[in-house]
Order: sequence, then C-alpha cells, then structure tokens
Amino acid sequence: MNREPQWETFAHEADVGVRGRGATLAAAFAGAATAMTAAICDPARVGAGDTVHIECAAPDRETLLLDWLNALVYEMATRHMLFSRFELAIEPGQAGMRLQASVWGEPVDVAQHQPAAEVKGATFCELAVRQEPDGQWLAQCVVDV
Amino acid sequence: MDLNKLSQRGEFEWLLPATGRMRVPGVIFASRELIAAMDEKVREQVANVASLPGIVAASYAMPDAHWGYGFPIGGVAAFDADAGGVVSAGGVGFDISCGVRTLHTGLKLTDIEAHKARLADRLFARIPAGIGSTGGIRLDAAGMAAMLRGGARWAVGEGYGLHADLLRIEEFGCVAGADPAAVSEQARRRQRDEMGTLGSGNHYLEVQVVGEIFDPLAARAYGLAVGDVVVSLHCGSRGLGHQIGTDFLREMVLAAPAAGIALPDRELACAPLKSALGQRYLGAMRAAINCALANRQILTHLARQAFAELFPGVELPLLYDVSHNTCKEETHTVDGRKRRLFVHRKGATRAFGPGHLELPREYAEVGQPVLIGGSMGTASYVLAGAAAADRNADQRAFGSACHGAGRAMSRHEAARRWHGRAVVDELAARGILIRSGSSRGVAEEAPLAYKDVTAVVAAADRAGLARRVARLAPLICVKG
Repeated sequence: MNREPQWETFAHEADVGVRGRGATLAAAFAGAATAMTAAICDPARVGAGDTVHIECAAPDRETLLLDWLNALVYEMATRHMLFSRFELAIEPGQAGMRLQASVWGEPVDVAQHQPAAEVKGATFCELAVRQEPDGQWLAQCVVDV
Repeated sequence: MDLNKLSQRGEFEWLLPATGRMRVPGVIFASRELIAAMDEKVREQVANVASLPGIVAASYAMPDAHWGYGFPIGGVAAFDADAGGVVSAGGVGFDISCGVRTLHTGLKLTDIEAHKARLADRLFARIPAGIGSTGGIRLDAAGMAAMLRGGARWAVGEGYGLHADLLRIEEFGCVAGADPAAVSEQARRRQRDEMGTLGSGNHYLEVQVVGEIFDPLAARAYGLAVGDVVVSLHCGSRGLGHQIGTDFLREMVLAAPAAGIALPDRELACAPLKSALGQRYLGAMRAAINCALANRQILTHLARQAFAELFPGVELPLLYDVSHNTCKEETHTVDGRKRRLFVHRKGATRAFGPGHLELPREYAEVGQPVLIGGSMGTASYVLAGAAAADRNADQRAFGSACHGAGRAMSRHEAARRWHGRAVVDELAARGILIRSGSSRGVAEEAPLAYKDVTAVVAAADRAGLARRVARLAPLICVKG
C-alpha cells in the first residue's frame, strides 16, 4: 500500500475541489492540504523553510477537515505564507476529534510562486471524509477562491 | 438543466413548482439557451433554498446563475422574521459585500490613448493586488471598530475621498446595525493589513470606455456618453469577510439541529432571525459590508492618486457602488401588503426601480444603477433597476438583477487550456492592457472561461429585472 499522501484538485463550476487520499486519516488530511496549495500555485515551487504549529478540535471528522483547512487559510493569510509540507496527528479528544500539526512553507513570492487566487475558505460543498473499500482514507471539499 | 422539470411563464421566466419540502416555488429568469446551459445543481439549489423556514414568495435565480454553495450564485431569497424566517451565512457567502464601484473620469478615449501603458503601470503600482499584498493602513482596536461601524463614511472621515462620494453608494456608504463585537479576533487579525487591497481571483480594477448607449435618458442621468472613460473596481470585504463567513457557517451548521432546522445541504447553514445567533451574524455581516465599502473607498482614493499623476486636476466622482453578496433588511410589497424582509442576494445585485426612496435624487427618475462586471476581454454593462409591472406589485425578485457573466468553465479547465502570457498578448493585440503578477491567475480568468455577459444582460433586460443603459469595453485591467 502506498503510504505517501496522494492529492488532486477537482473541478467545480466556480471554484476548486481539493482531495487527499492516504493510508491513514492524517495522511488524507495532509493530501487535502497539499491539494489546497495546488489550488493556489504549484506546490513544487513552495519551499519548506519555516514551520508553523496548528491545533484544532471538532465534533466529527468532516468538521475537523474544514477546521484544518481553514486554520491553514488563516495562517496563509495572516503570515503571507504558502505551505508545502504537512505532518499531523489526529486522535480522539474531549469533544470529538483533535488535530495537532506542524506545517512547513515559505513567504509568498509572487514571481516565484505565480499564485492564481487566494483561498477564502473551505466549504461544506462536496465535503466528505471516509474510509474507502480498499482501506484508503479520503478527505475532500470545495474551497472558495 | 432539464427544461422538462420547469414550466415556462414567459420568454425569460421559468417556474419550478413547489414540490416535496419546498415551501414556495422557484423562479429562474433566463433565456432558453442560458437555462439549458445551467448545471442541474442550480435547480437543486433553487429548490433547497425554497425549503428554508420563513421564505417569502419564491426562491429566485438570476440569468447568470451557476452552481454555488447552498444558494446558487445568482440566487435571491427573502425571509420574514415574524414567520420564523432565517438568515443564512451560506446565503451570503464568504466574500461578504463583494461588489462593483464605477467612477467617472471626465476623460475621453482620445485623452488617454497616448498614456494608456503608463496609466496601466501607475495603477498597478498604486493598487495592492494579489496574494501576499498588503495595504498601507494599520488599524488599532478602536480604529477597526470605527471602520466596521462607519464603512465608507469612516474612510471619508479619515481623508479617503469626499463626502459627495457617499451619496452614490448603497445605504449612503454605511449600513446600520453593524456590531464589531460580533466579529471574531481571527477576522480582525486577517484584516489587519488588508485594508485598501484588491484581492485576487476575479477581482479587478478596470479602465473602460463607454462603447454603446441603449437608454439615452438613463445614460444622461448617470452622466454616461459614448467615448467616456470610466474606472470600475470589483472587490469585497477581504479577509475579514472571508473569516466571518467561515466562523458563522460552522457555528450555524452545528447549531441547526437544536434550532429545529433540517438543512437539505449543510452549506445552507442558517439561524432563525429571532435568535441570538441570527442576530449576532447580522451584526457581524453588516460590519463586513461596512468593511467592503471602506475598502472600495480607499481603493478609489488610490485610483484617484494614480490618475492625478498623469492627468493633473482630473476628478473621479462616483457613478455608483453596488454590493452583490449581502443580506439586507428591506421593505417590499408582497400580495399588496408591505412587509419588512431580509433579502439575501448571493451573486445578485440590488436593482431598485424608479421612484425608490433609497435612491440618490439624481437617479430617482431612472432607477438604481446596476453595475455588471464582465470578463477582462469582453464587456461590462451598466443597467438601471426596472419599475414594477403595476403599482400594487413589488419589483421582480425583490428588486434584484444579475451580477456578472458567471463562469462557463472551471478554473482547473481554464488553466489547462490557456497560458497567461498568451492571454495577455492576445488581449494586448486588441488594445486591452493587462497588469497582473500571476500568469496562472490570468489564465484562470481568461475571457472564454466566462459566459457571454451580453446574453446574460439581455436576458435580465428582457425578463424585466433591469434595463440596459450602457456597454463598457475594457482598456486596462489590473488583477491580483
């Protein structure tokens, strides 16, 4: 089984869908985060020199995915950064699920990154987090750009 | 969209009968061609909106309707608080009070031809655009609260523009009932260095020329003549509005079961108007409207500075400023009775007709200017709000019209088909100068990725939503 998170963006009429797959829930969430960076620019162009720590908690997996992506949107917006590497752990918390992550990235450089559009927020549209019949985890939603 | 599911009420009006959980019918205004090209999701979303508590009359979709979140983009719905009505964070969306502002320049095309490239460069240098760009204003806590309460009125007080500007803005530049205390710390933090920034994606500043007049009387009232150069801005409430949308969508989805609301789609997240959460959202959303109005006022100031560098003494008075992602409390006549309603316009423009009390005096006879953005290679339009069919009826769709062309193709597909450099070169060959830091951003916004704005506007006109007044052709486009 491929243990590396896989990611893709998918078409939505006005915006962009982001999808991650992986052997674990955390890997699928990491893939969705890479896909969100891909909605903005080519993730391969984004370095991984600076680290940011993120924590969030939610009553269920799907809300946790939104909280995770929205935490990244917030960090991108307020730090003027893009992220390319994501390490996270997800475990049961007091009121549902808890996520702790370290993410790596670098400050936005328009000439280098060629960012197409900023992500305004992650949406409930096409939101799904589930384990597929092959055992792989899938995490996806549409992000508003 | 499958036309068999709809019944045609007029050449440009289609009825989706109320079935199942729908409390009211759906009404879609569009030509046969436009409606046939719409995604089935638009019909689904119109029907879902029609099932929300307290909805009045109908769930409407404008000619540029496309698949949105919960509400279709181009959706209009009004709710009555006394009938258990709701306010929906999904019905307003993330880009709260995104809108268009058009400025006169007093210049003719012949005046700027020789200076076009320099003007494009000056505007690109002055207007912060794109990811990572920051504005020159930093607000402390008191300044932020004053801005959120005061909107464009606050900005004028701070020296960004003139009092006369306020007379040409919806709500005269400041929506009442904003509650800065309902705005989260994260939302304020996201706005800290984004005041006076354009954003990215489909946001732009364009220099345009009036190419054609359709309604000479309204054009005269709006001060438009063929060959006039105008400036149009398309942007919204920036990070603050985006974060308010994020905060309240989540909270409303999680609170819906306890409020007894069964959401057909979580993105329709809403709360009763008569609830603490509903009132808190209204306070925060109105603060975001004021933030958008302040932002467009600051950008106006920057555009004026750029023009003054090349054309000393030139003034850029407002034609008008419209917002197209809002929920506003308005009085409308329904079945001959005046009612106070909360009108959601998601990707739809307010289009009050002649004689409406909220119009500036000089536009009272012809109706509200309705500013429609096109793509950077096609055209934009100025329309005028249409009159009601008779005295006892309300204006169509609570006085609303379309807001733009609407995408015909996903960003994904557009970026696959075109290269930004080629798009810029092709437009330059047609005399349209693009200034953007991102080649991929230009490709995703390629003109052919959008529907034909001319067909959308013609449908709005023929459906009786708003009359065509003028077509604006792009000369310069600054994008993020």
